[in-house]
Amino acid sequence: METDWIWGLLGGGLIGMGGAVYLLGNGRIMGASGILGGLVDGSGRQAAAEKLVFLAGVILFPLILRSVFSVQGSTHLTSNVSVIIAAGLLVGVGTRIANGCTSGHGVCGISRLSLRGLVATVFYILAGVLTLALFRHVLGVI
Amino acid sequence: MRLFFAILAGGLFGTGLYISGMTDTTKVQGWLDILGHWDPTLAFVMGGAIIPMFFAWRLTKGRTPLAGGNFPAQPRPELDHRLIIGSVMFGMGWGLAGLCPGPVIASIGYNGWEGALFMVTMLAGMLAAPKFGVQLDRLAAKA
Repeated sequence: METDWIWGLLGGGLIGMGGAVYLLGNGRIMGASGILGGLVDGSGRQAAAEKLVFLAGVILFPLILRSVFSVQGSTHLTSNVSVIIAAGLLVGVGTRIANGCTSGHGVCGISRLSLRGLVATVFYILAGVLTLALFRHVLGVI
Repeated sequence: MRLFFAILAGGLFGTGLYISGMTDTTKVQGWLDILGHWDPTLAFVMGGAIIPMFFAWRLTKGRTPLAGGNFPAQPRPELDHRLIIGSVMFGMGWGLAGLCPGPVIASIGYNGWEGALFMVTMLAGMLAAPKFGVQLDRLAAKA
């Protein structure tokens, strides 16, 4: 749709402001995989309360928006169990090994002109493009 | 104070992911689908997010966080095997399902059993990552 890019820019601005609040307020990098992964594997349990509160905000605000504006937008997530399991494992292992995902390396890394953030982003986008091309256009499974 | 900043940041992050369409896997896969019907929205989201963060990083110079403590140190610009292999694995999973960790969390409340299964396997992957990383380091040391 023609207005999608406006919502993208606006939503992106909110994401960036969230990152700015987390950085300037608490002195932390707003990386989804780092915050969640650190709580799960125990490496980031210091300041667990603020991380849990952060995650609660991430989960609750979209739910509130959905009920207030009664939007029922679908996430169009596949129901193919093998694809979900493979993708979930790859995202979980990959983001922790690389120490960041779209928010940590992409948003917070590139904005501080970090070479690591930029290189990570180039590689995960390239891998995503090739994987999608293979599984959608060659194998036709997604 | 720390909890207030945390809920505010989380709320902005969740709201931004939601209204930008990044919890919709068709929009994310549309951005990666350069051979099909390409969707540029994700570039606008990234650009829109990087702009306020760029100024936030500039504001950290010569200051300390409002709630105390210190700002994160500049990481050493090391491009090691972990960064590359991890990012490639993440990108493969991202392309397969159209979900990255932020949107998985943001959509967990309304993403059905599929979203829950993704979350469980992603957490399992995160738990397995430290051991996997050690094996990876061994391979890299041999290579």
